[in-house]
Amino acid sequence: MMQLAVPAKPLLNVDNLVVEYGLGNKIVHAVSGVSLQVARGETLALVGESGCGKSTLGRAVLQLRRAKSGRVMFDGEDLTAMEGEALRKMRRRVQLIFQDPIASLNPRRRIGDIVAEPLIIAGVRDAAERRRRVREVLSAVGLDPDLVAGRLPHEFSGGQCQRICIARSLVLNPEFIVCDEPVSALDVSIRAQILNLLEEMKARFGLTLLFIAHDLAVVKAVSDRVAVMYLGRLCEVGPSEQLFARPVHPYTNLLLQAIPVPDPDVRPVEGVAIGEPPSPIAPPSGCRFRTRCARADQRCSAEIPELREVVPGQFAACHHPLA
Amino acid sequence: MSAPLLTIADVAVELPTPRGNLRAVDHVDLSLDAGRTLGIVGESGCGKTMLSRAVLQLLPKKAKLTGRVMFDGVDLVRLDKERLRRLRGRDLAVVFQDPMTSLNPVLTIGTQLMETIQEHLELDAPAAKARSIELLAAVGIPAPEQRLAQYPHQCSGGMRQRIAIAIALSCEPKLLIADEPTTALDVTIQAQILDLLAREQRRRHMAMIIITHDLGVVAGRADEVAVMYAGRVVERAPTQALFKRMHMPYTEALLAAIPKLDAAPHTPLPAISGRPPDPTRPLKGCSFAPRCRYAADRCHEAKPELKSAETSGHLYACFHPIQMAEGIGA
Repeated sequence: MMQLAVPAKPLLNVDNLVVEYGLGNKIVHAVSGVSLQVARGETLALVGESGCGKSTLGRAVLQLRRAKSGRVMFDGEDLTAMEGEALRKMRRRVQLIFQDPIASLNPRRRIGDIVAEPLIIAGVRDAAERRRRVREVLSAVGLDPDLVAGRLPHEFSGGQCQRICIARSLVLNPEFIVCDEPVSALDVSIRAQILNLLEEMKARFGLTLLFIAHDLAVVKAVSDRVAVMYLGRLCEVGPSEQLFARPVHPYTNLLLQAIPVPDPDVRPVEGVAIGEPPSPIAPPSGCRFRTRCARADQRCSAEIPELREVVPGQFAACHHPLA
Repeated sequence: MSAPLLTIADVAVELPTPRGNLRAVDHVDLSLDAGRTLGIVGESGCGKTMLSRAVLQLLPKKAKLTGRVMFDGVDLVRLDKERLRRLRGRDLAVVFQDPMTSLNPVLTIGTQLMETIQEHLELDAPAAKARSIELLAAVGIPAPEQRLAQYPHQCSGGMRQRIAIAIALSCEPKLLIADEPTTALDVTIQAQILDLLAREQRRRHMAMIIITHDLGVVAGRADEVAVMYAGRVVERAPTQALFKRMHMPYTEALLAAIPKLDAAPHTPLPAISGRPPDPTRPLKGCSFAPRCRYAADRCHEAKPELKSAETSGHLYACFHPIQMAEGIGA
């Protein structure tokens, strides 16, 4: 567990990343100085509510959104400094799965062509080789290539479309996949199938995953470590089991308490959640969570809390942690 | 005992599609007493929203509805348009999933609130305004007076849902139907909205139907739960009894598919294989049979009727109900 907490030689090393959007004459502070590491073979879950910057961070890792400052090191190379052909080559090793599986498939193209597209872009000229790879990944995600390759996306359900998206992301044999809310649009019974599939694919293809989600309960089943994000900054990072059992940041605790428990004997505690996240255009001074935090005092508004090891292996950015 | 506030009797809804008739709701019976909460749980396409639309008489034009919906002594299915219009919004209110599309983007919040109030309560403008401010304060909106002049896009998703709830509550409805009221919202906001609904319900002694795909949402908040699958109610019971012992394998599978916070990391989730049947091609037997791990020959041949379990008020539709010992959710 300890070496998972701070990977010695991470596959992905995000260092003090800042991403901002312009909005008229205002600036959206989407990601404000985030550092995190993902070890090879690990799944890091990045959790936070809408607007916290988790998707922006995921995109900035893949250079789909350029950072204002900071670095993204992938396997020792700085992606933020890469451009053109070098970046395109690197992208074969890092893939992305989106939230809405239906919207991320071109409705006019056949499944076989959709899944083969990355191979064409990567310059695999041999059509037979492409077909072989497509068949291989479609079978891997539990679809029958003979039945699905010739069909169009609208003939499939949301869960099946997500399987197709996963197949497409696997076709270039990537090392690293950013999964951006891959199950949020799916029904509960289908969600479990896809989560299990991602676990299976990770083991089979030796993948490293950055799993972005808004729901802590969902990531429990798939993550080694969890990073909790709020309004552009990390609140807490720690090994999954430890963080779920004993959260040290008040925001992590709030997220856990807000999950409805499927047990009528556990009465929902009213009033655990207060207020709404402030706007990322004008984030609060000091700790960005302070406006919703019961423990906040003057220090929280004056001083930005740095991420520090509160208990062994578990890091939190809080002046008054729960431990 | 007096008659229930709402009785849904043998309601079926069919929608014509190019691929044939789609049976969205397949002969459902439900009832709800004043001041009580009913949770309707099921996945997308199970007919839970169509059923609520049938109660509200807001079905698509082409839909064919049979059966009766008795609300407060009148059959809504046979009620004329004018009386229905007066009932809806006053005694019968609804909160939809997406607060952005249920509010009018070009009207101010004040206009939308006061419109409902003036339409149904015969209040003059100043009185309606005062009541609007009162309502916005009750649903937890800070600076309600300033909000009245704002437009929906100036509010967050959680705020918009609070406003939609304020509009729904504005005429003291007897029944509030909340159709996935928190699905579009973040977890911390979800908790606040569910708290708000529970508080207002207790205060107003209003009956409520919560429609959701999440058994966790109804567990602590509904008096009774009905589980729907492929257009039918497949299990129905007082909440405590249902969670104590689920009879229908689908209910159990739904519960088991919710990730457990106390499970060890990387524990495979008990997933339900396959997917719901095509609603335009009804199955001869139990519609869950193709996905059910307990299914036997009979399940594919005949449709199990809803029947009573030993516990009172507990109904289930299954030939091979789960025995206590083999429950995976236990």
